[in-house]
Amino acid sequence: MNNTHPRLRELKYTLHRIFRNPSAVIGFTILLFFVGVALLAPLLAPPQYAHNPYQMPHKGFSPTPKAPGESAIFGTTSGQYDIYYGVVWGTRTAFKIGLFVVFISGFVGIGLGAVSGYYGGWIDEILMRVTDVMWAIPTLVLAMAIVVAFGRGLDKVMIALALIQWRWYVRVMRSEILTLRDQDFVQAARIMGVSDFKIILRHILPNAIYPVLIMASMDMGSMVITASFMSFVGLGAPKGYADWGQMVALARNYIVGPPGDPLRFWYTIAIPGACIILFVLAWNLIGDALRDAFDPKLRRR
Amino acid sequence: MHTYILRRFFFLTFVLFGVSVLLFGILMTFSPERRAAAYVTTPQQAKDIPRIIKQFGLDEPVYIQYVRWIKEVGRGNLGWSLVAARPVGEAFWRYFPITLEMNLYAAPIVIFLGIWLGSVSGIHRDSWIDHGTRIFAIIGWSLPTFLFALVLLMVFYGYFHLFSPGVLSDELAMSIINHPEQYTPYTGMLTIDGLLNGRLDIALNALHHLVLPIATYVIVVVALNMRVMRSGIIEELSKDYVLTARAKGADRRTVHYKHARRNALLPVVTVAGQLVAMSMEGSIAVEVVYNRQGIGWWLAESATQLDMPVLMCICLFMGLVFVITNLTIDILYAYIDPRIRLN
Repeated sequence: MNNTHPRLRELKYTLHRIFRNPSAVIGFTILLFFVGVALLAPLLAPPQYAHNPYQMPHKGFSPTPKAPGESAIFGTTSGQYDIYYGVVWGTRTAFKIGLFVVFISGFVGIGLGAVSGYYGGWIDEILMRVTDVMWAIPTLVLAMAIVVAFGRGLDKVMIALALIQWRWYVRVMRSEILTLRDQDFVQAARIMGVSDFKIILRHILPNAIYPVLIMASMDMGSMVITASFMSFVGLGAPKGYADWGQMVALARNYIVGPPGDPLRFWYTIAIPGACIILFVLAWNLIGDALRDAFDPKLRRR
Repeated sequence: MHTYILRRFFFLTFVLFGVSVLLFGILMTFSPERRAAAYVTTPQQAKDIPRIIKQFGLDEPVYIQYVRWIKEVGRGNLGWSLVAARPVGEAFWRYFPITLEMNLYAAPIVIFLGIWLGSVSGIHRDSWIDHGTRIFAIIGWSLPTFLFALVLLMVFYGYFHLFSPGVLSDELAMSIINHPEQYTPYTGMLTIDGLLNGRLDIALNALHHLVLPIATYVIVVVALNMRVMRSGIIEELSKDYVLTARAKGADRRTVHYKHARRNALLPVVTVAGQLVAMSMEGSIAVEVVYNRQGIGWWLAESATQLDMPVLMCICLFMGLVFVITNLTIDILYAYIDPRIRLN
């Protein structure tokens, strides 16, 4: 045990702390399920349009949804789109949105935050003032303005969110680096002539990355919420695209059934809705567990 | 303290300027023809867009255009809203009271409920109350507002027939339209106007229509407040002054609810700005689903019609709200935290 690398030992302890927490176990279980569905999507729901598997197949054009039955195990939504197919491929869409936005904004944010915090001075001043301006407008409002400027579409929504969301990572990263910058091990590396780039990458980042990971985990969920809302109002995925938010939009006129049977079309909302909630919940539970595991006040050995 | 507030004031003015540059930058991605539409104030004017391009110099250098644009904005000329079929500035004041009304009712609930639940949860840490509120918070945090609103509408409107969407019942809305002389819209907020006009039925009906929107909004937004309050309380309770107070024999409740809670309120004040941003985002979803014609509904509706002037107006408004809330927070913070006041 003692001859393992200290960083590995630390990681092992961290993993132990994370998985002691029931919310992490639940979160990772749900996430694993979604990862499985996303990876096996072509097997679970063979696409009808080989060139565009995200297009949901539909039998007929009737606007009235059909209840779950033999032909469609989760029923069909308005326009006779198959709900089962939609939620399976919608899982891929959700991962696509979350990973794209979090990776791009995380990469940009970590880079800018690290430079800003490490060098300080006028670079810091300029970057922070730009970030301050970005903070003044709520994500959803600014994202809508950018999407209107670029035009509708899920790809535009993803780009707009990535253009906005980096502001979180800059702040988190910068404040982490400010506390590390003047510590002895960084000074020692500097005296030994290690280049700035290497100091940031090898000595500072590994110590500053945990708050960013927590942030990223929570962001995976909230970005999917924001994107699905934008699809819901008609700015994101087009009609018939396998996207959970778009499926809720299709079901919107059917939330109240015919007189005498008001909840007849429950499945049109409940199934894609449950997917969104579970997906977001999984990431939030993981984020919460990470927060507890990395909290230095609770982390005593 | 005065220099501190003055410094913050200059900083926030700069932010507002930055926001206007950012928005102008987004606007500049449009062709001159599409931008000309922002200066159109009547449907007739839409015909002579080439003339407008010349008149407002939309093909001139960027900085000249910026100055011209900001002057127009300063004069309140924000363009034409397709959705409202009237100038943006005028339409704004029509929609704003509906959103303001909802937020006026919801804000105190969010603040006090968040503080109360957060402190109870933090004081009884790791008890069943704590676990319960944390589960509630994490589920609230994970619920997309629009989805939760739809589900509430499905159950309470579709199944129980208890509440309905909109801001007012059809009969009462018709009675206002048919007898405009009996009803003066002083504020545009139906619950307040109803009372001012002596129409208790309108006020109560409007309040009834507010129940579901406020419930949706509170459950989704309260989590942030609660989480900050909880960790604030936990941190305060581990400090020495709490131990001292307990050791000298002070009552446990006094120490927890008076000494510790007051200090734990500080971080809650700092997230107030974030709370305002969240409440705007929440208002959009709530108004779209419950069909309440406020700012959020207007924004979503305008966005789907690619109606840029409205988005510009609301972004500027949000910038202004951000600046005002942050200035208020700064002053409040200086007032309650002597460490800042005396520096």
